[in-house]
Amino acid sequence: MRSSNERFQCAEAIVELKGELVYKRRIEKRYRVREIDERIRKERTKSEAKIISEARRKGVPTPIIVDVEEYELVMERVDGNLAKEVIDEDVSERIGEFVGILHKNGIIHGDLTTSNIMVGKDNRIYFIDFGLSFIESSTEARGVDVHVFFQSLKGTHESHEQLKESFITGYKRTFSDASQVLKRAEEIERRGRYVER
Amino acid sequence: MTIILGLEGTAWNLGAALVSEESVLYEAESTYKPKYGGIHPREAAQHHAAELKEVVSRALTGAKEKEAGFSLKSIDAIAFSQGPGMGPCLRTVATAARALSLSLKIPLIGVNHCIAHIEIGRWRCGVKDPVILYVSGANSQVLAYRSGRYRVLGETLDIGIGNALDKFARYLGLSHPGGPKIEELASKGTTYMYMPYIVKGMDLSFSGLTTAAKEAVDSHPDEKEDVCYSFQETAFAMLTEVTERAMAHCGKDELLLAGGVGANRRLQQMLRTMCQDRGGTFYVPENRYLKDNGAMIAYLGLLMLTSGVTTPLERSRVKPNYRPDEVEVTWRE
Repeated sequence: MRSSNERFQCAEAIVELKGELVYKRRIEKRYRVREIDERIRKERTKSEAKIISEARRKGVPTPIIVDVEEYELVMERVDGNLAKEVIDEDVSERIGEFVGILHKNGIIHGDLTTSNIMVGKDNRIYFIDFGLSFIESSTEARGVDVHVFFQSLKGTHESHEQLKESFITGYKRTFSDASQVLKRAEEIERRGRYVER
Repeated sequence: MTIILGLEGTAWNLGAALVSEESVLYEAESTYKPKYGGIHPREAAQHHAAELKEVVSRALTGAKEKEAGFSLKSIDAIAFSQGPGMGPCLRTVATAARALSLSLKIPLIGVNHCIAHIEIGRWRCGVKDPVILYVSGANSQVLAYRSGRYRVLGETLDIGIGNALDKFARYLGLSHPGGPKIEELASKGTTYMYMPYIVKGMDLSFSGLTTAAKEAVDSHPDEKEDVCYSFQETAFAMLTEVTERAMAHCGKDELLLAGGVGANRRLQQMLRTMCQDRGGTFYVPENRYLKDNGAMIAYLGLLMLTSGVTTPLERSRVKPNYRPDEVEVTWRE
């Protein structure tokens, strides 16, 4: 049972951890007119909830959605550690398998980093943030997804080369178009896009 | 003092300027105006060819009158827009630049047009390491500097915002350039009409929005102001959103606006609000340095020359699809 409360703010939303639950509320943007602001926040909240559920239906562990408000998602809190704290070759390979499943099903995660993935107390891998996810099946979008993950490994892990290889092993196992995407990811790296934070 | 003559002519504006480390000595320009419709690349190139001699000599005469002791001998190098841009326009200006470089026996410097927009903005605004939103006819990109290059963090997946505005303006029967006329109409709009808002991560798409705006005019012919308002509000909110995401992504809190569409007051206002709300600072140079101009080409030429970069004749071929991230930045740490 966890009771510690935490609060984060990112570019789009405020995330609050209260007890067993996580509240993610999309914040108002003053720069855009109300009609756009409300529509975008509603659409994104709904679409995130849908993609989280869809991913789980396809076999990718995600937090269970407890409630969907207009601008707010309430999810069950995952008990465990961030992948960036505990990643090893086995974890990276399993992440690769799940990303392959997402891509096979037309889901682009949009922000694949080891801070957005958890290893639960039950030792399962959980994808916890689908805030930038969208539905698309292009090689470019998939390539960017994979590239962002590689960059996040590079930025935070000593043994990133091995972790990358393990990810590739897993990704190829579940996704038949993997080679094409991995080739594109290399091109994207050469173009210098989406550099690590 | 180093003095560079810069030649710009990637699209409809032809410019020549003399720039030193301290100031812009003199600028001259001539603008191609299509009789109807949009920019015709060959006609624009013919305009540039016909006007080049006149524009360059106006810049030289102006500099002579302004600066005591200035002569042709004071010029240290010729800089020109090598790309991106319209092939025929680029070739016309490059040919003139090569001829000047050969006859004056001074180095030639091929300049990336997009980076020239960035560097003149940094210079005029005195901003060090901003995220850059570059918006012009053909381009819409969010960039940031890292390890020797300007990296493209996000960009349009189809047409540039300027082209989107121009296409829609033509549909309304407005003459080129359409942006300012749409801005004028939009300022009278009051009711927002639904328009597609397409952002994917840090990338954007404007072609669906343009089609939707055309359809909205067909079904509401008496509400052009509202359609223009809705078009602008949607397109600029998309641009502001990806810019904010890029600033959060790289942890930078300064923003520089560059490119001709940057002159739009509403776009500036939205970006300024976004920056204020996240505790950042918004910078925008004067309009004359937002639109295509010779001074920015000369200034980047100066930065390149003083960091030891020139362009040998055999490597001076124009690059219509020249990307900013291809350029090795030699003038920044």
